[in-house]
Amino acid sequence: MNFRICVQQQPFNHQDEYDALRRQSLSVGAVVTFVGTVRDINDDDTVKVLHLEHYPGMTEKELEKILEEASVRWQLLGATVIHRVGDLHPGDEIVFVGISSKHRGDAFSACEFVMDYLKTRATFWKKEKTSDGVRWLTTRQSDVDAAEAWQT
Amino acid sequence: MATVIFFASIREDLGTNQMSVDIESGTRVSALINALATMNGPEWGAILKAENIKIAVNQELITSDIELNAQDEVAFFPPVTGG
Repeated sequence: MNFRICVQQQPFNHQDEYDALRRQSLSVGAVVTFVGTVRDINDDDTVKVLHLEHYPGMTEKELEKILEEASVRWQLLGATVIHRVGDLHPGDEIVFVGISSKHRGDAFSACEFVMDYLKTRATFWKKEKTSDGVRWLTTRQSDVDAAEAWQT
Repeated sequence: MATVIFFASIREDLGTNQMSVDIESGTRVSALINALATMNGPEWGAILKAENIKIAVNQELITSDIELNAQDEVAFFPPVTGG
């Protein structure tokens, strides 16, 4: 089981990350990847800049815990999480989650689980600069509900 | 010295990102918050005791009023919004 965790300012290369997961082993029968991107409209306002801040050290530990929990729940061969920080703009990629496994069911479930837990546990904070001013985002109840659904 | 760190809106509300505080081992988190309010003003108490604030000690989230060690890293931040 190979984990790759990276918090970085620069863009990531989806193809490179996918290739690394696919080539991890000839046992790989499924690779599921998710990419989150910056939307141009949020809560009816035009987003100009999305600034992402994090807690260096704790963020990586939390992401590792999430991948460890995923690897207990499902049979995984590889897992990658890359999260960008700094100033991003509409259309930019923010987050990459990739999972490789023998069979697709494990990869699909683990990918969604990692994103749901990342949203509610990893120490990142978003600040939007919109046409209406600057504001810190608040947690969405739908994200909290999605993470809690895995606990039942 | 304990290191106290603030992130995101908490950092902006307090106007500082980090400070060192002299505490004795065994000091509870609530006592640290009271000490910060005494040093910096009552608004610090209000901000750091807000209902939805998250607190991490040595980069582990805590949910109870634990005892600190003198060299601990204590972080205060709002609910996370990454992804």
